[in-house]
Amino acid sequence: MAEPLYNEAVVKKCIIAAVFWAVVAFLVGVWLATELAWPQFNLGLSFINFGRLRPVHTSAAIFAFGGSALLGTSFHVVQRTCRARLFGGDALADFVFWGYQFFIVMAALSYVMGFSQSQEYAEPEWHLDLWLTIVWVAYAVVFVGTLMKREEPHIYVANWFYLAFILTIAVLHIGNNLAVPISVFSAKSYSVASGVQNAMIQWWYGHNAVGFFLTAGFLGMMYYFIPKAANRPIYSYRLSVVHFWSLVFMYIWAGPHHLHWTALPDWTQTLGMVFSIMLWMPSWGGMINGLMTLSGAWDKLRTDPGLRFSVTAVGFYGMSTFEGPVMSIRDVNALSHYTDWTIGHVHSGALGWVAFISFGAIYYLVPVLWKRSGLYSHRLASWHYWIATLGIVFYITSMWVAGIMQGLMWRAYDAFGFLQYSFAESVLAVHPYYVIRMLGGLMFLTGALLMVYNLIQTVRSRSTEPVFALPGALAVAGE
Amino acid sequence: MPTKIEKDIVTGRDTTGHEWDGLKELNTPLPKWWVYVLYATIVWAAVWFVLYPSVPGITGYFPGVLGYSQRTAVMDDVRAVAAQRAVTMDRIKALSFADIRKDPQLMAAAGTAGRIAFANNCQPCHGAGGGGQTGYPALAAGAWIWGGSLNEIYQTITYGIRSGDAKAREGQMPRFGVDGILKPAEVQQVADYVMTLYGGQPGKDVSAGKKLFADNCALCHGEAGQGDREKGAPRLASHVHLNGGDRATVVAQITSPRMGVMPAWHTRLDEATIKSLAIYVHSLGGGE
Repeated sequence: MAEPLYNEAVVKKCIIAAVFWAVVAFLVGVWLATELAWPQFNLGLSFINFGRLRPVHTSAAIFAFGGSALLGTSFHVVQRTCRARLFGGDALADFVFWGYQFFIVMAALSYVMGFSQSQEYAEPEWHLDLWLTIVWVAYAVVFVGTLMKREEPHIYVANWFYLAFILTIAVLHIGNNLAVPISVFSAKSYSVASGVQNAMIQWWYGHNAVGFFLTAGFLGMMYYFIPKAANRPIYSYRLSVVHFWSLVFMYIWAGPHHLHWTALPDWTQTLGMVFSIMLWMPSWGGMINGLMTLSGAWDKLRTDPGLRFSVTAVGFYGMSTFEGPVMSIRDVNALSHYTDWTIGHVHSGALGWVAFISFGAIYYLVPVLWKRSGLYSHRLASWHYWIATLGIVFYITSMWVAGIMQGLMWRAYDAFGFLQYSFAESVLAVHPYYVIRMLGGLMFLTGALLMVYNLIQTVRSRSTEPVFALPGALAVAGE
Repeated sequence: MPTKIEKDIVTGRDTTGHEWDGLKELNTPLPKWWVYVLYATIVWAAVWFVLYPSVPGITGYFPGVLGYSQRTAVMDDVRAVAAQRAVTMDRIKALSFADIRKDPQLMAAAGTAGRIAFANNCQPCHGAGGGGQTGYPALAAGAWIWGGSLNEIYQTITYGIRSGDAKAREGQMPRFGVDGILKPAEVQQVADYVMTLYGGQPGKDVSAGKKLFADNCALCHGEAGQGDREKGAPRLASHVHLNGGDRATVVAQITSPRMGVMPAWHTRLDEATIKSLAIYVHSLGGGE
């Protein structure tokens, strides 16, 4: 063959970008946590004040780090499991990669310059939205085209999840960004919907960005890299089918739980809440399939730090997909909403699930892509694992305490019927927990820096022994 | 094309016979507990749909057999807490400050109502505990501009200062420098004199400034800089400064005075709450 079967160059670029953006996202996150604990760290500079830097952090974490990891792993997985090179040629794949990176950089610059359309997780203005639409359609063409020219009779489960992620994000992105620019020469636009309709569309988008970007996409990652690293078959094909369809069907209805106790009509709140509760088991289907696939391979956790990340990620996934339905119950939400509990919940998902499952995939992929015999240092990867895990524990426990305390302080009345605490007193009360949160984030960042060093050394190491995929992914008894 | 169904020795399950890049799948049935819990949540959802507002129609929605309405529930809560407050607040509203002060229970209620109202409304400008900050009077210091009795404080909170309200406290200081009433050198001389009033610049010859002060400033601020609460002219012979006691600030204030605005709180707070606020502010250390 003149050229190798797979386009690995673009996968490499995506993985490098993912690692780079991970550090950026964590660094900005730590800075923001520091600003929250000590506001003087805003330094009086408009472009790094909390309001502008916060979307830089969320976009860097979700779209830059998470998105690059999803692009890279989906390109890798779809080629390997279809036995087909990426559809559309290398140029189209490169366009998707560079087009997406361009979007990220422009979005971040626009935030620090003060542009925002004020839709959470969809802050970029209309011209950047249009650009992303073009890039995303190209991505869908590459992915679907590769599926269509596959050499395997069936489509592997990981690809279902990646496909659901790609298609739904396209619909969500267009739906939530319908806006009228005030002029073709102006970055400013107004959303087509207004008032509570605008809020509902925003949280249909926001919740399903969680559901399809951060859940379905990363479940695709999980369905390839866990059985690969564990060298075990998927626990249950049937469960993967049922939980896939129930997950994608239920998730799309759950958005209204972000708008409990608002102007949103009662019936819509009920709808969002009951679908969130029904979403519990479909979410857990992925956890069961991930963990049970480890049957007979649990010993590998001692020797494979990448797999340890992946499995811990599934644990955090199970925890936050239980916590989510609980928080969606209207009366629980009355306590939790607008408090730091929400921030803790998001980070148990973002750090514990999204980042950890990506770290697991990256630790697996880098030696494979660069044809190295293994990681430069398992010891460093283990240090990364423990520092980062402890960092998450610091983060989420401090936010649980802070959030529940805020919720209780805000609703406390004295004997005469007056509020027991002022808002400023609740701010003062959470300050120690904000400091602990900042330390947790700093630990998570430190772990990621260890990973960067480890990966660079892996690529630079002289050993170029290729990693062979172990044959016989199954201990077979007879035929 | 299920090519090769195999048996996994660890679990004893068959595979589905497919393989992708070395990955296989077991044909394990759905875990029973998973299915039952899924069904239970669906049943629970159906029950909730019947009990609570759920299915939308053309002109409205099914209200649920419990007749729950979030708006009604919130209004019930608001009414309940209002009734709890009314026990003391109705009496605070009806009675004079003198009578309120004779009743320890009312004073306790006014203290707690005033404290929380202050923290959520006044603290951003006047500081925690009325400590004040540059441009915003320190209420605990006793350096009252418009008066520190309960009735005077009540008046100030209710109608505000330069708030635009018809009954607001009004007071304007001329722009002595900007409007050319005093020449720049004269502004400096007046500043020299004003600073001696609080010992800011001892030992300097201030006779020129003293004369200019007497001609231009004493009408409102008094011959000895003792201030005039009727006009809202701050007492200058004081170590408590509204904007600052350094030379640059004094010169700037004479040249182009900074005059703060306080909102008329009767547009936002009810009378009993404002009375409680007056009692709380009065108790901070400067009450007269």
